[in-house]
Amino acid sequence: MNVKLIAGAIAGLAAAASLIAGQVVATEASKQDPWLRPAAVPAPADNVPNADRVELGRALFFDPRLSGSGMISCATCHNPSLGWADGQPTAIGHMSKRLGRATPTIVNSAYNTIQMWDGRKATLEDQALGPIGDPNEMALPIPQMLERLGAIDGYRAMFERAYPGQGVTAETVAKAIASFERTVVSSTSPFDRWRSGDATAVSDAAKRGFEVFNGKGNCAACHQGFNFTDNGFHNIGVKADGDTEGRFAHRRVKVLKGAFKTPTLREIALTAPYMRNGMYATLEEVVDHYDRGGDDTSNLSPNMKPLGLNPQEKADLVAFMKTLTGAPVAIVVPQLPPGPVTATTASR
Amino acid sequence: MTLKKTLPSLAGLLLLAFAGGAAAAEHMVTQKNKAFDKTALTIKAGDKVNFKNDDPFVHNVFSLTEPGSFDLGTYAQGQAKGQVFAQEGKFEIECAIHPEMKLLLTVTK
Repeated sequence: MNVKLIAGAIAGLAAAASLIAGQVVATEASKQDPWLRPAAVPAPADNVPNADRVELGRALFFDPRLSGSGMISCATCHNPSLGWADGQPTAIGHMSKRLGRATPTIVNSAYNTIQMWDGRKATLEDQALGPIGDPNEMALPIPQMLERLGAIDGYRAMFERAYPGQGVTAETVAKAIASFERTVVSSTSPFDRWRSGDATAVSDAAKRGFEVFNGKGNCAACHQGFNFTDNGFHNIGVKADGDTEGRFAHRRVKVLKGAFKTPTLREIALTAPYMRNGMYATLEEVVDHYDRGGDDTSNLSPNMKPLGLNPQEKADLVAFMKTLTGAPVAIVVPQLPPGPVTATTASR
Repeated sequence: MTLKKTLPSLAGLLLLAFAGGAAAAEHMVTQKNKAFDKTALTIKAGDKVNFKNDDPFVHNVFSLTEPGSFDLGTYAQGQAKGQVFAQEGKFEIECAIHPEMKLLLTVTK
């Protein structure tokens, strides 16, 4: 039996339905306006989403049997009730171990041209198995995952429908999860309605805040386009916390030392706390950070500098950012194919 | 100033001189809208390529292709940095900040 977690607006339901068909809700204006969503969700040619693939991916995403303990699913950290994040400063992994970085929302991750805080994965398919096999996260070795899924009749049938003749493999698991993740997109927000012509959709403060965002605040140097990210890497001077490598661990170029990927600002009101280590509880604190020009100035991005924002400008900026969160969207939690939930020996 | 430039060796310079003494050329590549204005460029060994930032935020140019890796650091709108390519070969050139920016540079004799 399906369970609705969040009561959704009609518009949200329509969006979800159209997404399963591989499309997002879009207006004519989106073709011209870079701040509005494009008409389609991108997907690779060898994994075009369809209903069977999305439903298989949904089941896998919510299934705790994809963890060594049998207690953690993808949705444990990417919780739809918490903006597809976890509300924690940094993630909590296998056996309640506190991890080093914040759980990024998966909202609009389909549009990311590079994945993870440090960009170590290129695509959703590349990324999907990483947390499952990571001993600190879900801690289920991939061979054991395949053995576990392959022993469940319901899953074998779902894989056959989604990827006929391809079986239960690491590749088909990754593809299915990625297909589901491509349906998780931001809902139509007040900002979108304003950009589409409804002058009453946002407050005057938010309109002023958008000017600060693009002007004195210099936010749009990195938070660009409809998804409010440049898919780039910047050292924004977060206070030293021992996580000093960032993108540099994968690209040995000086500017990348301590640089992390620009996160989306879509649905930002739902994804506190903020920054890659969750050090700020509120958007006001985030704005203060940027107004100071960051804290740790070693290898600071040249885009960072003290802004000199006055209290009105700061408040306007926060008001604007809050317009990037839309109405709740109905989420269907799947009934999982029946089968044993057995912790691996290593995780007991 | 560049941090790490691949400078032509004395032998390389002499070789170029004996090869006909043709003056090294300069090429311009601009960075605009988070893209190089070309995705591929072919030059001759000893030529210089200037990279100009036409975006209102900082860019970087680097290559980890060996031999001849280099890193021009960061530079703001309106600024340009140059790199002389003494080695023949193919160089994958990118902006480290914006990894979608890629340029394949071919250096010939």
